[in-house]
Amino acid sequence: MEKRVTFKGWLLPLCLIAPQVVISAVFFFYPAGQAVWQSLFIPDPFGLSSRFVGLGNFEYLLGDPYYRSAFVTTAIFSTLVTLTAMVPALFLAVLADRLVKSAGVYRTLLIWPYAVAPAVAGVLWLFMFNTRVGVVAWYLGQLGYDWNHVLNEGEAMGLVVVASSWGRISYNFLFFFAALQAVPRSIIEAAAIDGARFWRRFFTIVLPLLSPTTFFLLVVNVVYAFFETFGVIHTITSGGPQQATTILVYKVFSDGFVGQDLGSSAAQSVILLVVVGLLTVVQFKFVEKRVHY
Amino acid sequence: MHKTAFGALLAGTTMLSPMAATAQTDIQFWHAFTGRLGELVAAQVETFNSGQSDYHVTATHKGNYSETLNAGIAAFRAGEQPQILMVFEVGTATMMSAKGAIKPVYEVMADAGADFDSDAYIGSVKGYYTSTDGQMLSLPFNSSTPVLWVNRNALEGAGIDPDTDLSTWQNVDATLDKLKESGHNCPLTTAWQSWIHLENLSAYHDVPFATKDNGFAGLDTELALNGPLQVQHIAQMGEWANEGKFIYAGRRNEGGANFRAGECALFTESSAGYAGIKAEAQFDFDVRPLPYWDGVAGAPQNTIIGGASLWVMEGHEAEEYKAAAAFLNFLSSVDIQAKWHQDTGYLPITIAAGEKTRADGFYEANPGTDVAVIQMTAKQPTANSKGLRLGSFDQIRGIIDEELEAVWSGDKDAQAALDSAATRGNQLLRRFEQANR
Repeated sequence: MEKRVTFKGWLLPLCLIAPQVVISAVFFFYPAGQAVWQSLFIPDPFGLSSRFVGLGNFEYLLGDPYYRSAFVTTAIFSTLVTLTAMVPALFLAVLADRLVKSAGVYRTLLIWPYAVAPAVAGVLWLFMFNTRVGVVAWYLGQLGYDWNHVLNEGEAMGLVVVASSWGRISYNFLFFFAALQAVPRSIIEAAAIDGARFWRRFFTIVLPLLSPTTFFLLVVNVVYAFFETFGVIHTITSGGPQQATTILVYKVFSDGFVGQDLGSSAAQSVILLVVVGLLTVVQFKFVEKRVHY
Repeated sequence: MHKTAFGALLAGTTMLSPMAATAQTDIQFWHAFTGRLGELVAAQVETFNSGQSDYHVTATHKGNYSETLNAGIAAFRAGEQPQILMVFEVGTATMMSAKGAIKPVYEVMADAGADFDSDAYIGSVKGYYTSTDGQMLSLPFNSSTPVLWVNRNALEGAGIDPDTDLSTWQNVDATLDKLKESGHNCPLTTAWQSWIHLENLSAYHDVPFATKDNGFAGLDTELALNGPLQVQHIAQMGEWANEGKFIYAGRRNEGGANFRAGECALFTESSAGYAGIKAEAQFDFDVRPLPYWDGVAGAPQNTIIGGASLWVMEGHEAEEYKAAAAFLNFLSSVDIQAKWHQDTGYLPITIAAGEKTRADGFYEANPGTDVAVIQMTAKQPTANSKGLRLGSFDQIRGIIDEELEAVWSGDKDAQAALDSAATRGNQLLRRFEQANR
């Protein structure tokens, strides 16, 4: 039996949702509309003239093998970032949840990295792995491994993935930890009495009960990997070596603000918008079916 | 709002200063310099402001070169553009094509009735910034050219005479062999690989980097950087990289840290690296001319410049243009230029400033500081060595960087990489042509 609160009249409900509608309109619909409009033109950088090209910008992009390969790079990067940000977070949350003493200290320490801005995190990691003066690179050298993310594509990808995920682990940890606290102790105790060991209890009871949180974090982390990792990539690799770490959003920046090609940049934003929209729809349609609320 | 804030500031300074500043014209100058160079620019502006009372220049740092250009573009779109904007040399084509956004320097000078003789400027410096009919569009400000930096101690340590002739790449090759044999870890590194090893390589050997006089003669230019000479050079560097004789440090001037720390023996970098190397190097160093390939007809021609020039932007009052003209003339004046050249290692922009520096005995006291000047001015520039004027060039350099990285890592051979760079770069040139038709 659903319980519904209904308003009498229209005025109050309209007033209540108005702020949200206005914010979405000003900060989302208007700029998104502008991007769609701009993507149909090739303007000069100063806005002195503009040529209508219809879908020419999209044709140009989709015919460019380097743009298509940026899709693959983005897919690999987003998958790795999402996994690297979520799995250790869950593991740490489970461990912290078991602590009786000084849980608060661990919790605070684990949340800390979230306070570091992505670009700063990028610089920190770059400094540790700097091929010339980096501490980690030096130790790797002592072990006989020649670290060189300036030329090695795999190492560059690994470095930007770790740097992007690091602060994110804290964020995910926070949600997992809260969700774990909400798992009813009685169920776990009942399972324990039935003889289920820790990891069995974890996989059959706790993990399914965490699924709403996991799903939420999956959506949020994928969006993060798509859009907010720009600062890390800009500071560490600038998309290189070759194009190994050029993800879609970085290409939007470099075509728009380095190349001053605003038409192509706008078209890429539109494509990115559609891709992330589709991805979220897919997540809600298929993954959410397996979520137990 | 800015105006009121400035008004208040002006009122404040007027009250403080004994001389009443009446109806001073204020102009904005946006630049990209920080650190030592930022201080030197601030000092120049201060000298100008305190030397006369009609005009006042406010200099503002707007980030690195790309960021400064973007700030200027965004400000123009919002109608808030400065009177003078610093634009790096690769943004030249973008600015030139922006008719309606810029006011050419020769026009600014003529309208202001200012004393202006474009023949006073060094040909190979101003050539980068003049129209095909010889009119100066922007004022060259900081210009440098690539040279070879040598760590003399490293050569001695490998049993090589530190005065050995390194004027040709053939000789460099032999020296790299010896350094490697002696167990040296970093015989050669470079900064700005595209600028030095493709753009300047082409000019220095009098071969085109792009068709249509390197883009000077039209927007329908195409890259020609995959010619036999360039392929041969990049192939040789790829071989050196593979043998551990050339160490790649990054796309910008990351290699400078390696050289200044004494880790690398040879280093190709801008002549403006002088200030940093002089301040940090704990070893004896030399400045040598950039090497050339012996046996190439016409080599060595002259190298081309990098750096930035000052553009005057459209949409301001006549009085403000007079102020801009006065400031630009001040920057070109002999003493200011000579001091700038001696402090920074940037090239002098006028012939007189170079002569004054020589007369001052600066070159004798600081051997090697005239290498860049000689290298730039030894020969009359040809169509291939006047400079480059290519749209979207910042991004084309990014493409070249990517393709060169493929050569250094052994993923591609030189021919394939440069062919690919040309194809991809040409696409951007066509986009630029479309946007600016």
